[in-house]
Amino acid sequence: MLPSRLNAMRLGHARFADVVVLAPSGRVDHATAEELKTALAPHLARCGEGLDHVVLDFAGVDYISSAGLRVLMLAAKQAKAQRGFLAVAAVQPLVQEILEISKFTLVIRTLPSVREAVAAASPAGLVALERS
Amino acid sequence: MRIHFWGTRGSIPTATTSAAIRRKLVAALTQAIGRGLDTPERIEAFVDNELEFGIRHTYGGNSSCVQLDPGGDAYVLCDFGSGARAFGNHVLAARRGVPGVYHVFMSHTHWDHIMGFPFFMPAYIPGNVITIYGCHAWLEEAFRRQNGAPSFPVEFSQLGAEIRFVHLEPDRPYDLAGFRVRAKRQHHTGDSYGYRFEHAGRTVVYSTDSEHKLDDLAETQAFAEFFRDADLVIFDAQYSLAEAISIKEDWGHSSNVVGVELCQLARARHLVMFHHEPTYDDDKLAAVLAETRRFEEITRGDHPVQVSSAWDGMELDL
Repeated sequence: MLPSRLNAMRLGHARFADVVVLAPSGRVDHATAEELKTALAPHLARCGEGLDHVVLDFAGVDYISSAGLRVLMLAAKQAKAQRGFLAVAAVQPLVQEILEISKFTLVIRTLPSVREAVAAASPAGLVALERS
Repeated sequence: MRIHFWGTRGSIPTATTSAAIRRKLVAALTQAIGRGLDTPERIEAFVDNELEFGIRHTYGGNSSCVQLDPGGDAYVLCDFGSGARAFGNHVLAARRGVPGVYHVFMSHTHWDHIMGFPFFMPAYIPGNVITIYGCHAWLEEAFRRQNGAPSFPVEFSQLGAEIRFVHLEPDRPYDLAGFRVRAKRQHHTGDSYGYRFEHAGRTVVYSTDSEHKLDDLAETQAFAEFFRDADLVIFDAQYSLAEAISIKEDWGHSSNVVGVELCQLARARHLVMFHHEPTYDDDKLAAVLAETRRFEEITRGDHPVQVSSAWDGMELDL
């Protein structure tokens, strides 16, 4: 059996003007990757030109497996196809290493902080974030 | 049991370039500055003990061919890539004309896995017996077609050795060549098959040209069982994970990251990355090895997995 590492995938959610910040937490592994994919789906559907920009706040993610990285790959592909903005922000050092070793830093934009990611996404989003 | 890697490169044989050799020489001589290397013995000790692998060695460029030596008189190989040429010549020199028995387990019949056969000298010598095992219906046809016009000047029918083809069913254990052997179908164009070899309490898995679909939990679990508690897993790690699931999806190969994860799930002891990307030079392969070891370290639970990268000429004792 695959190891049971399931710790319910929680997806925090905040909106700053046209920027949606989503914050998964815990381990994104073989057991929870599909859960994350499902949770992201409605937000990614609106990630496009003239719609929302999406920032994934990874501060609470302490591990991501290949299955979780595949979910990021699919998200990046969808956002690109819809001409949307998608970035990962505030990645923990260990997860950042995983992104680099797997060459996912070439797949999805990573930014040091949520503020920088929101700023890169939209000026209106940054204004809303700073007023919040 | 001894494992000897005769060919470790994926897709097509490669050769070290003169530019790469020059870089190695410059790096070695730079490190030698001020070291007082004034005798051959000191130079050899310096090369063997102080230079990094990527400077003093090359990973080599022959395509897939791995020998499993359980200690008997017969020879056991996985695949007939271009590494089989060096193996055949080595054996002929060692046997001094005494006929031999060869058992060869084929992952599949793509060209890089059969191209060593026309240059496998034991096939030309009467008295040798070569048994080729595989799960593909077209196994024999692939070898016969390669050895003949317009691809090769020597027809298969002219080969002097006794050559047999044996069809195996996947997921069924066989007692062959001193091993308990089981094949498993793998995701690759035209299918490929991995082999789990067990002998005297030791287990080696040969799993090359195998793509792993990360959204298929049942498949992940099936491979974890196939690799379960193996002493050695020889694994197709041709691409980075990002490549394997994006621009090279469905190209039939896997990554270092998935290799580590499967060995962790299976509690296998030693992962050997194999079927190296032909565009990678020694520096790149050394970097991939360092990154993979780091990945294993930072994702390790209670089960460490030793990580190596195969090179032509590497030997491991289990």
